Amino acid sequence: MIVRVQDASFDAGEELNAFSAGAAGAGAVVSFTGIVRDLAGGLQHMMIEHYPGMTERAIAEIVDEALSRWYLTDALVIHRHGKLAPGAPIMMVATASAHRADAFAAADFLMDYLKSRAPFWKKEVTADGADWVAAKDTDEAALNRW
Amino acid sequence: MDVLYFAWVRERIGLPREQVETRAATVNELVAELVAREERYAAAFSDTTALRVALDQVLADFDASLSGVREVAFFPPMTGG
Repeated sequence: MIVRVQDASFDAGEELNAFSAGAAGAGAVVSFTGIVRDLAGGLQHMMIEHYPGMTERAIAEIVDEALSRWYLTDALVIHRHGKLAPGAPIMMVATASAHRADAFAAADFLMDYLKSRAPFWKKEVTADGADWVAAKDTDEAALNRW
Repeated sequence: MDVLYFAWVRERIGLPREQVETRAATVNELVAELVAREERYAAAFSDTTALRVALDQVLADFDASLSGVREVAFFPPMTGG
């Protein structure tokens, strides 16, 4: 399993190819990439703050939980912090398994938990100022699925 | 102990971390001490249901004991992913 917390950008395609090469024989690889979006228009950039130390620890626990629930041969989590431009990749998860259903479910689980249980905070910066992104009730409710 | 603040909690209080000398037995008692200090703390902690707390980098409740805890962090609900 690989967990990377970084301010540098990453190439989701390269990461997926490297992960898939390492997962040879698994049979199924699922990946998700989160990208900075500009729904309202006017987003200059996004700032992501995190809690160094706790971030790595929380993600490792989330990945361990996924490994205990599903049959996975490998898992990858990359999450960025710092200043991100619209269209830039924020984060990525990938799971490898002998079974497609396990790979999909584990990736979905990882996304739900990374959203609400990993200590990251997003701030959207526009020409009018900056606003912290508020957590949604639906994000918390999503955890109850698991 | 070290007390850390993140996101808008950090902005309202005006600093990312500080050393606090306290005899508070629980997180709630620590919050009450901080709130009594200055208006900026009162503003940050006006609604603790809108906040989360971590003790030594593990999520905890506001009624949790501070016994043996070295690092307390306050922050809004997380927005990763």
